[in-house]
Amino acid sequence: MKVLVPVKRVLDYNVKPRVKADGTGVDLANVKMSMNPFDEIAIEEAVRLKEKGAASEVVVVTIGVPKAETDILLTARAMGADRAILIATDDEVEPLAVAKLLAKVAQEEQPGLIILGKQAIDDDANQTGQMLAALLGWAQGTFASKVEVNGERVSVTREVDGGLETVDLKLPAIVTTDLRLNEPRYATLPNIMKAKSKPVAKKTIADYGVDVAPRLKTLKVVEPGKRQAGVKVGSVDELVERLKGLGVAK
Amino acid sequence: MKTLVWVEHDNKHVKDATLATVTAAAKLGEVHLLVAGSGAAGVADEAAKIAGVGKVHLADDAAFEHALAENVAPLIVTLMESHDAILFPSTTTGKNIAPRVAALLDVMQISDILSVEAPDTFTRPIYAGNAIATVQTSDKKLVITVRGTAFEKAATSGGSGTVEAVSGSGDAGLSTFAGSEIAESVRPELTSAKIIVSGGRALQNSENFHSIIEPLADKLGAAVGASRAAVDAGYVPNDYQVGQTGKIVAPEVYIAVGISGAIQHLAGMKDSKIIVAINKDEDAPIFQVADIGLVGDLFKIVPELTEKL
Repeated sequence: MKVLVPVKRVLDYNVKPRVKADGTGVDLANVKMSMNPFDEIAIEEAVRLKEKGAASEVVVVTIGVPKAETDILLTARAMGADRAILIATDDEVEPLAVAKLLAKVAQEEQPGLIILGKQAIDDDANQTGQMLAALLGWAQGTFASKVEVNGERVSVTREVDGGLETVDLKLPAIVTTDLRLNEPRYATLPNIMKAKSKPVAKKTIADYGVDVAPRLKTLKVVEPGKRQAGVKVGSVDELVERLKGLGVAK
Repeated sequence: MKTLVWVEHDNKHVKDATLATVTAAAKLGEVHLLVAGSGAAGVADEAAKIAGVGKVHLADDAAFEHALAENVAPLIVTLMESHDAILFPSTTTGKNIAPRVAALLDVMQISDILSVEAPDTFTRPIYAGNAIATVQTSDKKLVITVRGTAFEKAATSGGSGTVEAVSGSGDAGLSTFAGSEIAESVRPELTSAKIIVSGGRALQNSENFHSIIEPLADKLGAAVGASRAAVDAGYVPNDYQVGQTGKIVAPEVYIAVGISGAIQHLAGMKDSKIIVAINKDEDAPIFQVADIGLVGDLFKIVPELTEKL
């Protein structure tokens, strides 16, 4: 079984986003970009399936700037992906259009499982995996904290609001990862060197014949209202008084 | 505009998350509800009483019992022939189903809206709430998820909706529900609690979390939350997590104990009315958003606080 892992290049999660002064978006010039953290978890899970013998090949795909070839796609291959597909574009592509492109890739590649991050930490949309499942007519196991492949089915334990829920899905299927699915390995230097010889297929959006015209127009982006730091109290007694004043305690 | 709201429920009662979504839908136009479940007639009757509600569509079928997206999405697509918008609460159920519906309708979903600016224009948080985007859609039908803390809750009484049975295509044959571990708690639910006491990694272990945080919460009648670090370390289960990828909360009072205040955590609680922070590190970022801060050893402070309250 082949596993396909779509990944996204985003502002590194340690970098504080800065809203551009003209209100057109978040400033991404000269800041560190990395693979979306949930996508690293997706790659790790795919590589572990291969190591266990449940998967035969791990293919990673991204839709984004050409530079992704030498950063996130290199990291992905160093983590254990066998090859990569880069669908190059300088434009922002919305989740619906991404899902349409990925559906085309899935038709070509015929994976048994597609594992995606549950959301990208830039637009926080949390849509692509579910949309891709809809377009392919496949089952979906979102927000996964455990994945077990058993022959023609996959069992997915999901993190839901009240706790955990397990669903049993027919393959091929879509899985989206939550934080506690695994701890991704580091791309070590020797593996990064070796990864450079793993193939990257370079494509363009035109190769897939998908209409990616945006449906949403961003009118403006602003910083949220800031909270002011309050007071520091010196003792528990003072804190108790304050809480009583708020009506929290009698 | 004719809107449809996904009713969040457990086949017995309407869940609170539904109510803020009704308020958001009412800003767009007429509000109809969808109760998809199994043996859920009681839920539909309860839902019909929510203030401002028109029709309640009840889809009662064993295939809908666990709200599997594969089974309910086609039902919603059919109902969308006669509605202009579908709104879901931003719960794990809503977030699971909404994009599947959107893709089937060929619509770009608008996630986690904070406000309705115009019938086609909404605000929503991006970058863990570090920026707020105003977006305008060109789609004919709307698929929206609603951040519960951003809208008032609709009243649970005063409505006189009519319940109408609808049927879907049943089981899509793609997925089955295999079980769940849902924690039964006597404490209030995190997303609707008035007071929350949250603990972080500084608690050091599960035993301390229970013996330090829970007595304070119980004294205040509060819900218990946790930072991602505390959940990752296994002190408490995943459903306690407050933050960008956990639950978004906005209680009257949020008491953060031993939580440093990572961006990802602040994203989940910075809209709380009053934030109280207890931390031994006076430079911890949590103090930059806290209304009341107390610097010191939580293992001394919290038991003393619990006793004196």
